[in-house]
Amino acid sequence: MVIKINGRAESVEKSSTIIELVSKRGLSAEKIVIEHNLRIVPTEEWSGIALKENDNIEIVSFVGGG
Amino acid sequence: MEDILRIGGREIKNRLFIGTGKFSSYNVMKLALEASNAEIVTVALRRVDEASKTENILDYIPKRCILAANTSGARNADEAVRIARLAKAAGCGNWVKIEVIQDNKYLLPDNLETVKATETLAKEGFIVLPYMSPDLSMARRLVDAGAAAVMPLGSPIGSNRGFKTRELVEILISEIKIPVIVDAGLGAPSSACECMEAGCAAVLVNTAIAIAEDPVVMAKAFSDAVKAGRMAYVSGIPRSEKNARASSPLTGFLRNE
Repeated sequence: MVIKINGRAESVEKSSTIIELVSKRGLSAEKIVIEHNLRIVPTEEWSGIALKENDNIEIVSFVGGG
Repeated sequence: MEDILRIGGREIKNRLFIGTGKFSSYNVMKLALEASNAEIVTVALRRVDEASKTENILDYIPKRCILAANTSGARNADEAVRIARLAKAAGCGNWVKIEVIQDNKYLLPDNLETVKATETLAKEGFIVLPYMSPDLSMARRLVDAGAAAVMPLGSPIGSNRGFKTRELVEILISEIKIPVIVDAGLGAPSSACECMEAGCAAVLVNTAIAIAEDPVVMAKAFSDAVKAGRMAYVSGIPRSEKNARASSPLTGFLRNE
């Protein structure tokens, strides 16, 4: 199925969970925040949320800024 | 008596706030933050770039610092609110610097959208520091909306042009009861000192420190300039005079009259 990750359409396995998505990308949980269809998802819910076709995921972290 | 700046229930001694963009490395940034002894530090939030699994910037910011996420990239109030909530979830605490910008040439803020975002976020318990164009009516609206301070620009972001907005900012200082913090455009310690002499509560500097040949020493220079300017303001700067006023006594001259 296809979902949108950080604005780009990507193909992922059907009903992947957020935690699978994060670990597949080699991201560490403590430095990122996940927004799922405009809702911020607390880390402890990452394993319980199965993604659906056309879902929108944003993965963000802090960078330098003024 | 100690000179303390109070914002959002916190007591701040160092009136130089530092932005963390544009440093050549996180290590240099860390050394600059340590050298300046800054207490308020801004960061930004961006999509994770897959190619670069970089280190966590927060590991390089001294633990004593208060983090304020900026909402850079936001083009309207809704986007600013969204970024602020994400930053809070990412562990930034509840301080936010609102930055709503649609103009890419001068990066001047949209004051109206900034007021809207301030209202929403202040209601949610954020300590809101809005970046703004120095306009008295808008500053009053920001106060009413619950801002913890107002942050008028000195000159366009990253331009290093100095305190060009002085006369307008002085109006805010005289009329607005919350701290007035000049943010953006201060290219040299003398400009930061000038802001403090004019009565600003603090200044925020990023580019001039980050892109200096030696950012660590420059951070200290800014910190000292801010202290000097503040001390001068508190001491009461004498007004300027058109004519000379002799500093030595005008009697007892060694001449025959």
